[in-house]
Amino acid sequence: MANYSTNEFKGGLKVMLDGDPCSIVENELVKPGKGQAFNRVKLRNLMTGRVGERTFKSGDSLEGADVMDLEMEYLYTDGDMWHFMKTDGSFEQYAVEKKALGETEKWLKEQVPYTLTLWNDKAISVTPPNFIELEVVETDPGLKGDTAQGGSKPATLSSGAVVRVPLFINQGEVLKIDTRSGEYVSRA
Amino acid sequence: MAIEWRPKADMATLRERARLLASVRAFFAARDVMEVETPVLGQGGSTDVHLVSLATQARTDKGQRRLWLQTSPEFHMKRLLAAGSGPIFQLARSFRDGEVGSRHNIEFTMLEWYRPGFTLAELIDETTALVATLIPSPARQVVTYRYRELFHTHLAMDPFTLSLEKLRGLAAERGQMAAGALDKESRDTCLDLLMSMVIEPTLGRGELSVVMDYPASQAALARRHQDSDGEWVASRFELYLEGVELANGYHELTDAVEQRARFEQDNLERRRLGLVEVDIDERLLAALEFGMPEGAGVALGIDRLIQQALGKARLEDVLAFATPDC
Repeated sequence: MANYSTNEFKGGLKVMLDGDPCSIVENELVKPGKGQAFNRVKLRNLMTGRVGERTFKSGDSLEGADVMDLEMEYLYTDGDMWHFMKTDGSFEQYAVEKKALGETEKWLKEQVPYTLTLWNDKAISVTPPNFIELEVVETDPGLKGDTAQGGSKPATLSSGAVVRVPLFINQGEVLKIDTRSGEYVSRA
Repeated sequence: MAIEWRPKADMATLRERARLLASVRAFFAARDVMEVETPVLGQGGSTDVHLVSLATQARTDKGQRRLWLQTSPEFHMKRLLAAGSGPIFQLARSFRDGEVGSRHNIEFTMLEWYRPGFTLAELIDETTALVATLIPSPARQVVTYRYRELFHTHLAMDPFTLSLEKLRGLAAERGQMAAGALDKESRDTCLDLLMSMVIEPTLGRGELSVVMDYPASQAALARRHQDSDGEWVASRFELYLEGVELANGYHELTDAVEQRARFEQDNLERRRLGLVEVDIDERLLAALEFGMPEGAGVALGIDRLIQQALGKARLEDVLAFATPDC
């Protein structure tokens, strides 16, 4: 991969830092009145998702990271690995470890497209679509007629996630959920 | 995709900018300081190792020549001083390659002025008076700090005596660099990092902070003197407002021999680092040799001052067109 100098650090650029692929979030030049300039860089570690800061001397460089995002449909899990398939018609499949799946495990549904982040052709993270439709598999019985505001209860969804839903929701209903906040949006 | 052609600054901001620039001119007119205009291009440039000069080619009467876009109007203005101009100021377009950010733009406006006969203390008074004129409220107290004292206060160490090894370790840690990243770096680089990352953000909060007595190695074009601790320091000050460095002033070096030695030292260091060597300004040196009056001078980033006066987040908010949109 190419090397990138501090003046090429732009939001979204993928670079290697301490052996992990990172995405640059922000890059700010800091310079005393006279003297050496530095770049204060905010980076997201793509393995852990954590955002941290690191300072570089202006002109220093980092190796680029071979990272790309691909859209893939979720197929199934064999209990050990989770299998996804490219949506470009190639039927090419990728197996994902639990560690890379992270929080997304509770938002999995067959045939829904997810974004897989690949580093050196290996999946390191899986991002669900912002909104997903899932069936309620378990919740307290709905309160008839209570379609107005007021109160919520937990509901277990087909993917395993537990979300707060309005009191009028019944088992078997399909709901639209915002995966970023984990919040109920509406009936599907 | 549509081409972005509109200015980032809104018209109300540009009108405020014009008003503030008019106030600057009125401030100096009232003090009988003459406005001058000097060239953006020069046959010599700044040798400062930490500045990257832009250069261009021009067909002159001496044939094809490399001319340097000035990083500040200092050299031309000093030639005017040597020629007997008396006190002068300039709002000068200046250029520093690679300097892009929320407080930097490659092309910017420097307010620079020179006061023959002034001491550094007198120039500090005038500089803070100018800032108070442009940003009248809230009223800010002027607080002076010594470089050494700031490192004692914020980092519990002495910048002049701490061993280089310890300084490198401390700077890497507090400056959020990788461990060992500074192992080959100089004392000044480590101090610059600590100054930028740890100390500067605390300066000028609700006050105007003046920093003095910088290490002699950071003198640039200022004189050096022994401070009250017997340490050799630069006769230089910096002014800070809300964590932002606004101005850099010198008790000016007038010794042509010393000045040439510093330029040559810079170019040696440039060669060692594999940087372009910059043509030394022989006309400036000739002017110093002829004799420049003793005095003090200061360069103030007027775009930053306007940014602060108008409470804008980014420098480009007060520029008609910042470099990325030029």
